[in-house]
Amino acid sequence: MNKLSFGRIVLGATVVLILLFLMVPVLIVVPLSFSDTRFMTFPPPAYSLRWYHSFFDNPAWIDAARTTLTASVCAALIATPLGVCAAYAIQNGTHWIMRYLRTLLMLPLMVPIIIVAVGVFFVYSQAGYVNTLGGLILADTMLGLPYVLISVGADLRTFDRTQEMVARSLGMNRFRSFMTVTLPQIKASVISGAVFVFIQALDETVVALFVSGGTNQTLTRRMFVTLRDEIDPTIAAISTMLTALTLCLVMIVVVSRRSGAARA
Amino acid sequence: MQATESDPAARHQRREDRTMLILMTPALLVIVVLLVVPLAWLSWQSIWHDGFTLENYRRMFTGAYLDTFLLTFKLSIIVTVITLVLGYPVAYFAASLPPKLSALVLGMVILPFWTSVLVRTYAWLVLLQRTGLVNKALIASGLIDRPVQLAYNQFGTIIAMVHILLPFMVLPLYSAMQKIPPNLSQAGASLGGSPLHVFMRVFLPLSMSGVFAGVTLVFVLCLGFYITPELMGGGKSIMVSMVVSRNVEIYNSWGAASAVSVVLLICVGAIFYAASRVVPLEKTLGAK
Repeated sequence: MNKLSFGRIVLGATVVLILLFLMVPVLIVVPLSFSDTRFMTFPPPAYSLRWYHSFFDNPAWIDAARTTLTASVCAALIATPLGVCAAYAIQNGTHWIMRYLRTLLMLPLMVPIIIVAVGVFFVYSQAGYVNTLGGLILADTMLGLPYVLISVGADLRTFDRTQEMVARSLGMNRFRSFMTVTLPQIKASVISGAVFVFIQALDETVVALFVSGGTNQTLTRRMFVTLRDEIDPTIAAISTMLTALTLCLVMIVVVSRRSGAARA
Repeated sequence: MQATESDPAARHQRREDRTMLILMTPALLVIVVLLVVPLAWLSWQSIWHDGFTLENYRRMFTGAYLDTFLLTFKLSIIVTVITLVLGYPVAYFAASLPPKLSALVLGMVILPFWTSVLVRTYAWLVLLQRTGLVNKALIASGLIDRPVQLAYNQFGTIIAMVHILLPFMVLPLYSAMQKIPPNLSQAGASLGGSPLHVFMRVFLPLSMSGVFAGVTLVFVLCLGFYITPELMGGGKSIMVSMVVSRNVEIYNSWGAASAVSVVLLICVGAIFYAASRVVPLEKTLGAK
């Protein structure tokens, strides 16, 4: 692999072009959000914070941001313990039904999101849950569960179960032995699971289109509805902030994984 | 499970299993109420309207509905092929680099992967609009002399979908290729195989599990894609997901929406089932 053959140079150049194709659209939004014109020309003729003002000075955007953040935090707080319990049960259960139940819990990743949205909308319209914050949190919890399951499940598979059994044989009950022996060692995957649930809820648009509205409209829903009419530069400012937030969260995952790996 | 009541080990195992089931219950309850029940209800709606009827399905094979399904499959195949063609060299290159550099390449794949789908669709709307960067670059290079329509059509939809789904192709490909020992290709070369021959006979077959996982994931995601075709398609190319949404939101026609949903679900289920015979389901979904 050390020889720099002609073929390898061509391959390298192709890959660089593909990576540019991946990165440029994500990054181009950042300078555009600081533009001081309505027209999204590049490079911007002059820079200003105009579109950030247009976001922060508009109560409708702020309300939408608050709804999204509340729903995302709550969904992460609910889905993580539920997902950890389920992952633990799948790892320790021996009954044949466990395999099927695991597939059942992975369904939110397999069913096309539009069908999930229509289904959730149906249930909520029967129960009077449409346009409520509680309904939104519950839907984001459901969509986030598989991420916790995948993240924590992979970690538990390589975890040495006998450690927990030792703690129990020394007189600790099951819950305490899990909390003091197992949990600290799978902490990194629990944190990344929670972060994934949060990011998924932050980004979720399709279900929100159906079940969030009125005063409980999410940020992405408002962005989507706005974009159907016009390319509003305010969305460039929101996009930049969303991308920055996501980047910070992914960093948390990377750091927690690395410190987890260092200990093991 | 043939052990008798008196066998203490079997009894312990049964009690253990019961505890595990109880631990799973809250998560299961959420999935059942918000997903399994509505799916069952949708299936029921599609065949029952004041009595058993197949009218909703008969309509699937006529004009507009059939066109929608064919268009969705066509776009999904195009997008899947393009992501495979672009994704394979990236994964191959990343897998052949030393760890530090391959982490850098993967980082550039993962950052867009975690960026909001809506944000990326917006970015493409800006780039591809008549006064956008792509049109300007094309004019500056002399390829065209006036702006061409790039957004709000199938072309824009395909570009944006490829961009959004490419990481879903690269990540499973990379994870399969990373497990291929490099000395296998070296052995092939030392036995006199040309680089192309070694690649075709040694590397490519060993990377097929990644190809299967990536193709399955991208194709299935394409079939149900909603946000990008809706915003980028310009209302001309109607995909399956848009038919479902319109039937519910605009026409309040649950019968039609549910029949389309059931057909889409059966397609997706069949693809996942077929793929799970080749690559474990967990591996396919792991990238998501």
